[in-house]
Parts: sequence; C-alpha cells; structure tokens
Amino acid sequence: MALLEVKNINVYYGKIHALKDLSLNVDKGEIVTLIGANGAGKSTTLKTLSGILKPRSGSVQLEGDELTRYPAHQIVTRGMIHVPEGRRIFGRLTVQENLEMGAFTVKNEQLNRTNLTKVFDIFPRLKERRKQLGGTLSGGEQQMLAMGRAMMSNPKVLFLDEPSMGLAPVLVDSIFENVRQMHASGMTILLVEQNARIALQVASRGYVLQTGSIALADTAANLQTNEMVRKVYMGEA
Amino acid sequence: MEQIRAIWRYGIKVGIIGGIVLILTALIGMIEVFTQRQIIADVVSMGHALYLAAGLFICYLAAERTTPAKPLWIISNSMFAGLTTAFFLVLLIILGRHVNLRLMFINASDLLLNNLLTFGVQGNDGLRLLLIAGMGVGLFTGLFYLLPKFLRTVILWSLAGSAFAGVLQELIRPILANNFPDVISEWLLTSDGLTLKGALSIFIFIALIVISWSIKGGGIRQGWQGLPKKQQSTWRTIGTIILLAVILIAPWRLGLFMSEVMTIVGLYVLLGLGLNIVVGYAGLLDLGYVAFFAIGAYVTALITSPEIMNLNWSFWSAIPFAIFFGILAGVLLGVPVLKMRGDYLAIATMGFGEIIRLLVLSDALRPFLGGSQGIGQIAKPQVLGFVFKGPQEIYYLIVAGCMLVIFVSWRLKDSRIGRAWKAMREDEDVAQAMGINLVSNKLLAFGTGAGFAALSGVIFGSKIGSIYPHSFNIMVSINIVCLIIFGGIGSIPGVIVGAAALIGLPELLREFAEYRFLVYGIALVVMMLIRPEGLWPEEAHKRELHEDKTNEATG
Repeated sequence: MALLEVKNINVYYGKIHALKDLSLNVDKGEIVTLIGANGAGKSTTLKTLSGILKPRSGSVQLEGDELTRYPAHQIVTRGMIHVPEGRRIFGRLTVQENLEMGAFTVKNEQLNRTNLTKVFDIFPRLKERRKQLGGTLSGGEQQMLAMGRAMMSNPKVLFLDEPSMGLAPVLVDSIFENVRQMHASGMTILLVEQNARIALQVASRGYVLQTGSIALADTAANLQTNEMVRKVYMGEA
Repeated sequence: MEQIRAIWRYGIKVGIIGGIVLILTALIGMIEVFTQRQIIADVVSMGHALYLAAGLFICYLAAERTTPAKPLWIISNSMFAGLTTAFFLVLLIILGRHVNLRLMFINASDLLLNNLLTFGVQGNDGLRLLLIAGMGVGLFTGLFYLLPKFLRTVILWSLAGSAFAGVLQELIRPILANNFPDVISEWLLTSDGLTLKGALSIFIFIALIVISWSIKGGGIRQGWQGLPKKQQSTWRTIGTIILLAVILIAPWRLGLFMSEVMTIVGLYVLLGLGLNIVVGYAGLLDLGYVAFFAIGAYVTALITSPEIMNLNWSFWSAIPFAIFFGILAGVLLGVPVLKMRGDYLAIATMGFGEIIRLLVLSDALRPFLGGSQGIGQIAKPQVLGFVFKGPQEIYYLIVAGCMLVIFVSWRLKDSRIGRAWKAMREDEDVAQAMGINLVSNKLLAFGTGAGFAALSGVIFGSKIGSIYPHSFNIMVSINIVCLIIFGGIGSIPGVIVGAAALIGLPELLREFAEYRFLVYGIALVVMMLIRPEGLWPEEAHKRELHEDKTNEATG
C-alpha cells in the first residue's frame, strides 16, 4: 500500500470546481512530481493535502490514516509538511530560529539535533549563515531555508511547491541538486513544478494535471519522451 | 550669486518651516501656558525655553545641511534660518495689531503677542529685538555647530539636564526635602523654579559626569566585561536587591503626590504588559483593550460595593472573579475575530471596546451596572486590619501586581506558547503550516492579555473607590498602544519605560494636560523617525530595523 493515497478528491472555490476527482499516490522513498500549466490546480492540490483547503468529497490517507478530518496544524504532526510557494520564510528571525520553528511539533530534542545535522549537511550554506536574518538571505538561500525548515518537522512526506520560482537558472540547478540530496537522505517528496523538464529529471514518477484533473500518469522516463508532454510542457516543436 | 543663493536656500527653507511651527505653537496657546512654569526662577520660563529650544533646533538643522561645510557658510545659513523664523513671528505680531486674531484663535492674546513673544519688550522695539534675537540664536547655533563634537555633546547633555531638572522640579523637590539637608534644596530651588546658581551647578555637575564618563567610561565597560561570569552575576544580584529596596521605600521618601503618580504609572504598566502580549508577542492589534480593564473594575464594584448587588464581599475575593470574567470576555471577543488580520482586527476590537463602554453607560442596564452614575463605595483591600487606603499603600499592591505580570510575561516569552505567538506574528499561514494551532494560540493571547487588564481594573476600581463609564473610553486603549510602541513593541522593560515617559511625565507636568495628545503625536512621529524600534526594544525588532548594521557585523 502506498504511503500517501489520495482518492477522488473534489475541491471547490465557491462555485468553481477546482479539483475534479483527483487521485494520486506516493510510495515511500519516491520523488513524485505533479506538473501542469498555470491554474491547472497544482497548488490547490498541495493546499488540500496539507489541510488548508478542505475537499468536498474524496479521501486523503497517510499510512491508512484519514487526514481530511484533521485541521491543518495537526496534519503536520502526522507527518506531512508543506514548503509553500514563494518560500515564505520568517524574515525577521534568524536562520537558526527559522529552523527551530520548523521543529515546533517535534518534542524529541535528540531527534531535533539529528535533523539539524542532516539539514546542515545538505545545506552547508545555512550553517554558515546561522545567525543571519532570514530576510537578508538571497532568493536561493531562502529556498534552501524553506526546505531545511520543512525537514526539521521530521515529515514522512514533504510537499515542495514551485522551488524554482523566481530563481536564476544557475540557482535552479543547484536547488534541484539539493532536492536530490534530500531524497538521498531518505525523504519522500511530492514536487509541484511548472518547469517540467527539470522536475522530470529528478522525479521517478509524474502526474500531468490539466484543469483540475489528472490527464496523464506515468514514470518520469516515459513522460519525458511523451509527445504531448514534450510539446505542451517542455516547449519543443 | 547663483551659488550663494543655492547655499542659503536651505537655511531659509528651514526657517520658513520653523516659523510656521512656532506660529502654530503660539496660536494654540502652548507658549503662554508654559510660561507659567519657571525653569530658572524669574529668568527662564518653560515657555521661553520651548521657544528658544525650537529656534536652536531649526538653526541647527540649517547648519547641519550646509554644503559646502565652510564656517562662514554654516554661520550665515544658521543666521538666515533664525532670522526667517523671527520674521514670521514679527509678521504674526504685526497682523495681530491690525486684525483681531482672537475671533479665530482665542489664544492669540495681547499678552502673548506683545509681551511673551518679544521677551517682555513692547512696541516696535520688541519687533526689532525679536529679529536680532533670531539672528543671535542663529549665530550662537552656528558657532556651537563649529565646536568639536566632544564639546557639543557635553554642552547638549548639560543643557538638557538642567532643563529637565527645571521641568521636573515637582519630582526633585520631595526627594531633596525628604532625604537631604535643607541646604541643598535652598541652593537649588526657589518656590517656583531653579535658582540661577542652582541651574549653573547642575549644568557643571552634568558636564563633569559626561566628561569623566567619556574618559573613564570605556574602561569601566571593559572592566565589567573582563569580570568573571560569577562575579558579574553577584553584582547583578546586588544591583537587583538595591533596586528592589529603592522601589519598596520610594513612596515614603517621595511623598504623596509622587506616590499618586507612581500608582497611575504602575496601573498603565500592568495594562501595557497585558496588551504587550496581544500586540507585541502575538501581533494582534487590539484597540478595544480598555473593555477588559472596565470588566475588571465593574466586576470588583459589583462584588464589593453595597450599591446594586449589595454583596459586600472583600477586595481579595473579587480578584479571581474579575480575572475569570476578563479572560472569558477576552476569549469571547477572540472567537469572532479569529479570521481577521491587521486593520480589520483593529477596527473590530475597537468596536468591542465601545460596546462595553456603551453597555455600562446605558439606561436599560442602569439597575444592574449603575449607568452614568457609576458605582461607588468599592471596598479597599485589607490585610489583618491593615487597610490599603491612600496611594502610598495601594502602591505596594500595584508593585506586587506588576512583579507577577512581569514574571508571567517573561516566562511566556521563551516558552513554547511564546514561540508559537512569534511565528504567528511573523506569518500566520506559515505558522499554521509549521503545525501551530492558530485558534488556540490566538485565544490564549487574547485571554492572557484580558486577564492582566482585568487585574489592573480591580486595583483601579478599588483605588479610586467609585467608577464611571467615562473612565473607560477609547483614549485609554490608544494611550496603552502608544506607550507600547514608544517603549518598544514586545519588550517588557520597554513597557515600563514607555509608561513612565508617556503617562508619568504628563502627570508631573500638568501644563501638558491640554496638549497631551499633541505631544504624544509629536513624540511618536519623532520616535518613528529617529528610533523606530522604541526606547528599550526587544532584540528581534532591533535587528530588523538595523539590518544593514548587523549584516556588516556578521557577514
């Protein structure tokens, strides 16, 4: 059985039907990517999974535990963390304090220290800038901080929303290198990206989202060679 | 010629602004009212000091901005600023001779225009004197600006110190009278101001302190840092004990009036610390905070007073009830505004404050809450026959309350709840994504803050003995928000300093009463410009506002 299993969720913004019978699953140790155009419902999906939006019907199960009945903050305790779009780090707190906030739900000090070492191993830059204010970091560093902060909550699944957003191409590559490292350290990741090319390079499987429902689901390798994906999402003729 | 005009333009511009400001100050009656208080008896009144200080400040601005910064240009620019300012006042006086300004500005009295503004010289001689004085102030400021920085610092501190001593005679007088031989008091003070020799001795005294500090100060600081940790903490403990002792004997050494002022400040410290939890820690701007103060006071009144409910319980039994109802009200207010942020929250809470005031004022509820007549005969606290009657006794109650609240605030700040509040203050959505329960943490903040306000209300009610709805108007909330901002949002010592500065000083200077909110406004604007983090800021806030400096230091 999959680690995270989403079955037929329907989400509405008022009268607008944003997600239509959406189903997907993520296995332990996978990177799964959800690609799609602007407004296809990528972020809506992540918000629903992390409990900020409530689906009108359908189920979200983590290891068989039905999550839709919990409020957003309790979903974190149950092992799912959301790295929001646009990074949203705490600008007035130091890097260290940001990371500590990430560990808010973890009361085991021993575990916190292990996680912190893990984060600093993957993002040595954060260790250097431990005492600096979050708001003074560069865009790439802020993205690192947002990912590190999420890792501190010791999640079973980590949702990454558009990590490439607003970053220079060089930085995008290095951020995705970090995503690989996070994966190598044992993290299960659901990655939402507009940049389909790079997302499919790191992921093992992918879903293509079109106007609120899954249009295609396949392995990343197959999607990379898929005619439609190449044309629509990678901009190739 | 072009160049010369460009250089003097700034001086004239500043002079125009200064002139307009001084005209306004004069027309709203500030100078005249302040003239009634002497700083140095029969030499300088507070009105004139204000008037001169404004002139000095204007000229200083002109001198500071002069480019190229050559002595001649600086002096001439500063003189131009002074002259322009004086010129505007001359225009006002001439206008006042031909037109009856009092139709619109009731404060534009003959005394003000033809006597006070011209330093007591009447007629056209006065006008000439005013223009010469303007230039003189400019010349003085220009020369002052050219002095080495060290001398400037010494003179500024000493001037400010003597002026402060003059303004705060009411504070100094009882201290001298109760604790020192009469000789000192006679040397320094007359019945309505400092003596000239007294002012001079204060000036020299402060100058000596500033000079010796600048010579030895660095060494002392280094010596302190060089001390081993253990010794530092011993000295700190000794310092705390001395401070406590001073706090405890203060009302008996300072007399009745000062005790009264201190109890008022203490009540605002209590209120400020409570609101500091809501606004400073959790970042929820609550403008209806006075409601919980009112609830505390009214619950006490209903329980202890023979009027209305005729329960006649003791003061002490009222405390838990008042705090309980305060917290309950805080949580009940919290529920409907949970989803609101920023401005919307401020307006909704402001409405709540008014609702409570109007409820206690209403005729419909008069049989239960006393209406506009209020409730009287509230019980005084008693312990084994000792009654907390006057301000000197109530003071201890307030100090105890403050200590309790300071302790709770301090413990909360770095607790798990405190961290949740901090995350919420920075970014609600992300806080939630980090697993922080917004609902319970917000309600907790509202409840805690309200509980502190209710405690303050209990003491307030008992202190004044009878309460009326008009004591709980919106200005109380605004005052508390102001003092928090002034002291430094989120900082415990900041609240104390803010309350002393914004509540204590105006009580000592009764002349300010009428201009209280004008002074608040100016103080807040100036504060936001020169020290936006507040007088005694919380660490994180200071860092944010001085980002560039910290970065240089760390990176």
